[in-house]
Order: sequence, then C-alpha cells, then structure tokens
Amino acid sequence: MSHTPPHGEAHDPHLAHHFPDATTQFEAGKLGMWIFLATEILLFGGLFCAYAVYRANHPEIFMYAHQFLDKVLGGINTAVLIISSLTMAWAVRAAQLGHQRALTRLLAATIAMGFVFLGIKYVEYEHKWKEGLLPGTHFNYPLPEVPAAAPPVAADPAPVGVPAGDASTIAPAARGPAGLADPAAARPPAPPVVPRNVQIFFGIYFTMTGLHGLHVIAGMITLMWILRRARRGEFGPRYFTPVDLAGLYWHLVDLIWIYLFPLLYLIH
Amino acid sequence: MTSHDATHRESAAAVSAENALGGEHYLNHGRGLWSWLTTLDHKRIGIMYLVSILAAFLLGGVFALLLRTELLTPQQTIMKADTYNQMFTLHGAVMIFLFIIPGIPAALGNFVLPLMLGAKDVAFPRLNLASYYLWVSGALFALISMITGAVDTGWTFYTPYSTTTSTSVIAMVFGAFVLGFSSIFTGLNFVVTIHKMRPPAMTWFKMPLFLWGLYGTAIIQILATPVLGITLLLIIAERALGVGIFDPALGGDPVLFQHFFWFYSHPAVYIMILPAMGVISELMATFSRKRIFGYAAIAGSSIAIAVISFLVWGHHMFVSGQSNLAGMIFSFLTFLVAIPSAIKVFNWIATMYKGSVWLATPMLYALSFLFLFGIGGLTGLFLGALATDVHLHDTYFVVAHFHYVMFGGTVMGFLGGLHYWWPKMFGRMYSERWGRIAALLIFVGFNVTFFAQFVMGSQGMPRRYYNYLPEFTTYHVISTLGSYLLAAGLLIVLIYLIHSLTKGQPAPANPWGAATAEWQTPSPPPHDNFLRDPVVDDPYDLERWRWDAELAGYRLEGAAARPAGAV
Repeated sequence: MSHTPPHGEAHDPHLAHHFPDATTQFEAGKLGMWIFLATEILLFGGLFCAYAVYRANHPEIFMYAHQFLDKVLGGINTAVLIISSLTMAWAVRAAQLGHQRALTRLLAATIAMGFVFLGIKYVEYEHKWKEGLLPGTHFNYPLPEVPAAAPPVAADPAPVGVPAGDASTIAPAARGPAGLADPAAARPPAPPVVPRNVQIFFGIYFTMTGLHGLHVIAGMITLMWILRRARRGEFGPRYFTPVDLAGLYWHLVDLIWIYLFPLLYLIH
Repeated sequence: MTSHDATHRESAAAVSAENALGGEHYLNHGRGLWSWLTTLDHKRIGIMYLVSILAAFLLGGVFALLLRTELLTPQQTIMKADTYNQMFTLHGAVMIFLFIIPGIPAALGNFVLPLMLGAKDVAFPRLNLASYYLWVSGALFALISMITGAVDTGWTFYTPYSTTTSTSVIAMVFGAFVLGFSSIFTGLNFVVTIHKMRPPAMTWFKMPLFLWGLYGTAIIQILATPVLGITLLLIIAERALGVGIFDPALGGDPVLFQHFFWFYSHPAVYIMILPAMGVISELMATFSRKRIFGYAAIAGSSIAIAVISFLVWGHHMFVSGQSNLAGMIFSFLTFLVAIPSAIKVFNWIATMYKGSVWLATPMLYALSFLFLFGIGGLTGLFLGALATDVHLHDTYFVVAHFHYVMFGGTVMGFLGGLHYWWPKMFGRMYSERWGRIAALLIFVGFNVTFFAQFVMGSQGMPRRYYNYLPEFTTYHVISTLGSYLLAAGLLIVLIYLIHSLTKGQPAPANPWGAATAEWQTPSPPPHDNFLRDPVVDDPYDLERWRWDAELAGYRLEGAAARPAGAV
C-alpha cells in the first residue's frame, strides 16, 4: 500500500488512487491522448489512402472536378481553423497560469470559430446539394456531353502522364522539356474534356470532409464541457490536464483540415 | 486509506494470507449486480469480459456444430443453402470479433496485467469499463443483425457482394466497428499502463513475457483497428448513401476494399496469437520448473511479429489480380514471419529441456499449443508460397490452416491461461483429473476435425460450399465426428469449472510455484490487489519458491512457514 499517501498528508483531489503521484497521472493522460490521436490519424489514413489511389489512377477526374469547389470559402475556413488553434493553445497557457477570465474567453472564442467553420461548410454543402454534385448514385449534375468519337482520356494525354495498362508509370525520358517547346501550348484551346466517373471525386470529398466535420463537432462538444468546468474554476496551475488534452485533440482536427484543403481544393 | 478499509483488510488478513474466501476479497468487496455493472476494478471487468466472451464462444460453437452436421452428407442434411451461408458468416464473425480478438487480452489480460505489475489498477479504469460496454453494444448490434436478416457475406464482407446482398450488413458491420473501438481502448489502456505503471524495479527486460505479448498485441490493436474502422464506415456509406468508392459501376474499386480489409485483418491474426504466445511463455517456465530459455529473444520476437504483421496483408490477395511483383514481395515478407515464430517455439522447447516437466492441466494445453501451432504455422508456409497458393486458395486446406493457428494456437493458449489463473480468479482449484481428461479429448477431437480438412483441401474441396462431390464424404464425416468429440471436451471443461466455483478445494496463493507478482497475493486477491507490496524482481527465478505440503502450494524460500492467521 505504499502508493497511498500517509494519513494527514494533504490529498490532491484530482489524483486517482491507483497513481503514485500527480506527475505520473499527468504523463499517463498525455501518453493516452497521443496514442488516441495516432488512432485518429490512422482512421483518416484509410481515406487519404483511397484519395491517393484514385488520384494516381484517375488524375483527370480530380483535375476536372475540383473546379466545382469554392477556393475562397475553403481558404476562409482554413484561416478560421488556424486562428482557432491559436486561441486554443492560448487557452491552455491561460489555464497553466491560472488566468480564469482569459481561459473562459479563449475557450468560448475557439468554440465560436468551430461554429463559423461549420456554417461555411454548410453553405458549401448546400450549394453542391442543389447543383447535384453528390457522390455515387446521387450525382446528377448536367455535365457537358463527351464527344462520342474521341475516347475521353486519349483526347489529352500529355498532362495526365499515366499510360494505360501495365506499362511503367515513369514518364519516358525522351520527352522534351516542358515549356515553350510544348506543342500543346501552340494548339488552340481544346474544348473542356469531361472525364468519366466524376462522382468518385465527390464521394471522396464528402466522406473526407464529412468525417472531418463530425470530428469538429466532437471537438466542440468536448470544449463546451471544458468551458463549463473552467467556469466553475476547476483548472489552475496545479491541474490543467483536461484543457491540455482537449487542446491536443482540437489541434489534430485543425491539422487534418490543413491537409484536406490543398488536396481537395488546390489541385493543379 | 480510511480506518474502515484498514479494519476490513485486517480481518481479511486474519483469515489467511493464502486463501481469502472466508474474508473479504474483490468478488465480495461490493455486493449486488449494480456493484458489478459499475465497477472500475480491473479484476471484475476481466471477469465480466470472461463470462461475455465465453457466451460468444458458446454461440459461435453451436453455429460450428450445426455447420459440421450439415456437411455430414453431400446434399442437404439439416438446413437450406441460404441458411448455411448465413451460418458460416455468423460463425466466423462471432468467433473472431466477439471471442478470439478480445479473448486473451480483455479477459485474462485485464485480470492479470496490473497484478503482474504489482499495481492497483490499469491506467484508465473508466476507459476500461467503457470499452467493456462498447463490447456489449457491438455484440447487441451483431445480435440485431442476426435477428433482422443474418449476414451471408462471409466474415470478410467482401464488396461488391456485401453492398448488394439483401441481408442486414449494416447492423453487423456497425457492430464490428464498435467492437473495434472496444479493442482500441483496451490496447491504449494496456500500453499506457505498461509504460507508466511498472514498478521502478521492473525494467523492460524484467517484465514477465505475458506482458511483452500483451504489449505487442496492444500496439497492433492501436495501429491496425482504426483502418478497419474506416473501411467498415465506407461499407455503411456505400450501402446507405451510395457513395460508390468500392462500386465498379460508379468508377470505384472493389479490390481496394480487400486491401483495406486485410491491412487490418492480417495484423488482427497476430492480435489473436501474440497474447496466447505470452501465456505459453509463462506456462512453459512455470511447469518446467525452470527459468525461461532465451528471454530476450522471446520478448524481441513478439515485437518483431507485431512489426512484420503490418507488411504481409497482400498474401490474402495472391489471386486477386495484384501484380506479380507485389505478390513476390508479400510472399517473401510472409516467410519472414516464420523466423520470430520459430524463435519462440525453439526457446519453449529449450525451456523444457532438462526441466522437470509437470504435466498439470495448463501445461497439457501448452504442449497442445506447441504441436498444433507447429502444424498451423508450417502449413502457413504452403499458403504463403505463390505457386502452391494458387492451388490451395479457397479450399479446406486454408480452413484447416487457420483453425490450427486460431483454435490450436489461440484457444489452446486461452484455455491454458484460464486453467492457470482460475485458482487466482476464484480461489478454488478445479478437478485436475477431469482437467486432464478434457485436455486430451480436446486435443484428439481437434486433430480429427481439422486434419481431415487438410487432406480434402489439398484434393480440391472448396471452402464455403454447401454441397460437395461424393468422394469427399468420408473426410467430411470424420471431420464432423471429430467436432462432436471436441465439443464434448469443451463441455466437460465448462462443467468442472462451474462445479469448482462452489465445490473446489480452496486454492493457495501460489498453487503452481510461479515467480510473477500475481501469485504473491491471496487467492482471490483483495480489492486493492495486494495485502503488502509484492517482491517484483526476476519473474523467472522459480528456485526461490518451494513446495509446502501443508499449504498444498508454494512458499517463498526464506519466508518462515507461517501458521494460518498470520501474515
């Protein structure tokens, strides 16, 4: 029973009885959170992997379909999340220093920015819903007709760079340098070629941003709970673990979006 | 510690430092169903897991017996073809997701891990209870699926069939998703506990090997299960929302599903076998009355298996159309797994060499493990070789192979561990005579059931077939009779274990003379695990423990013979 503090010693109300001291408890909590974040990255990892596979096999779908996403709204949302990460990190600092008022205000600001993010996301989703830019079987956007004579991919093979079939995916060395000598540049602009299976892009777009959106909501619920506890004055320099761990989770949610934005919106 | 607790502890100690049944212990520390359902005690959570997974084992076993009975004759015997498809799916899904994966870590591991560390609990007791309830919820979803239209896809849920069949795939898949999170949280808890709660004297290379096994398992649970999670979510999205990522008609790729699925499900095979290997390491040392041979090699090979397990998933897909180069690389990596596995087996054999082997019931299961895992592992090499796999793919050879590893390996390890720690869990000894008889029956019944399947598989009997050509009848009849023998053996185990709960001899603190910390506390342990701090140093220094006929158990050398009633 050596783990139990001797009678009379002041007992930390936040120290669980099976930990020898508060430091071990804090370290255990932090390690547990980092492991949990690793599992979250692997959960998204499956979707990033699906993205990589389809983008490598069908770059033309991504080149074409990403134009339907609104770069400005996506960019604003990226800025909103990055700023919310700043307020979150600041909130953790405020908890460590025992600045109660700053802590509650910063947490409230972080949650508010979560709402702004979801609001903008709603505007984007609604637009796509109305246009019929939806995944899989629900896709009903009136795409321009593909000219029946030309096979869709063969029409513009150069920028795609992926030969069909089992041939090597490395570009042939004999190709001339890109730039002025590119004969494609001299040609008059071809009518836009609509690739097949555009809905695959929207399947990936909606599953990735949808799963991310669920994580934003989960993070906001956690932060509301933390805010409630902060209002009661539960956190201070001696005990701030929950604020710290919730902050780690929020940063992860932010970080995933920082990868999603360029992968989905900024395709060249 | 309140004085109230202290009084309890003294009265418990006054009964005996060996057996606590007359006093207070974790089983009667709180009373009533509610005290169990809300417990944060890792020992009680372990027992609740044990009861639950045994119920799942029973259910999966009944499915297996019905399947084997159907296969007695080449045509319809007792069920329709569709029922048969649903039944083999449910047999696989129940056994894998509800029984084998949580089996050793969540039931035995939960009970033993903190005790072996000399700790009071796992790092996150609430998360531990939450992961149990996630298991229960996952099991409920699986049951809902069985009632509302049992799945007939096979436990692998391959697309595109799983996205088009009319059976209730979503409920079963969601159940597996929830069970995955239960598994992740158990693994997370164990990793943090092993990192942060080891006593200062227990360095990494003084940890009992069971903990190394659990640690390797937990790493795989954490890193592989989330990928299964997202895969299953995508199936649900595919069925419910028509997302089309796996649907070739919409430009999706069904083989991508197979990659995702096996990226989890092959490491999952090692989630099943690694903790069993940890149990076997403990049994081999204890029942050979000898220090474990090659400690560092066994510990390191657990981690090596965990690492390699992530790199071999493509060997399930040799005939899926993946490139020859990918096939060759996966085949090579698959052969690599044989090295750490063989290191373990040779070290166990070397542990027995010149030991005084005690053929108690747990050791009989450990020996069964050696034989059966040996056969299961070596036949795995046939399947890992590209050319032979084309011939053997999707035949009963595969079925026999993975049953030799899963049942012959994991379940034998589980049964060995269950018998080994049973006296610690409940403070009673089971009937050793019936224990040995049952172990023998199980060993024989298992081999009769599954060896016949190797033979018919190599002759071309395909798996998952409802009807078959008459020339396979003899093998199927042998296999079915063997399965009845196996079931009889398991039934005997169930009967004498339940009987022992009330009628068994009271168990001493250390009936087997093992040197790990859990044997230094009374059987069953008190609520706080130990009456006094255990000596945690060398887990395999068995020489210090001497037989004491008066106790009918082992006593630490140097500790004077204690009259009952003194600590």
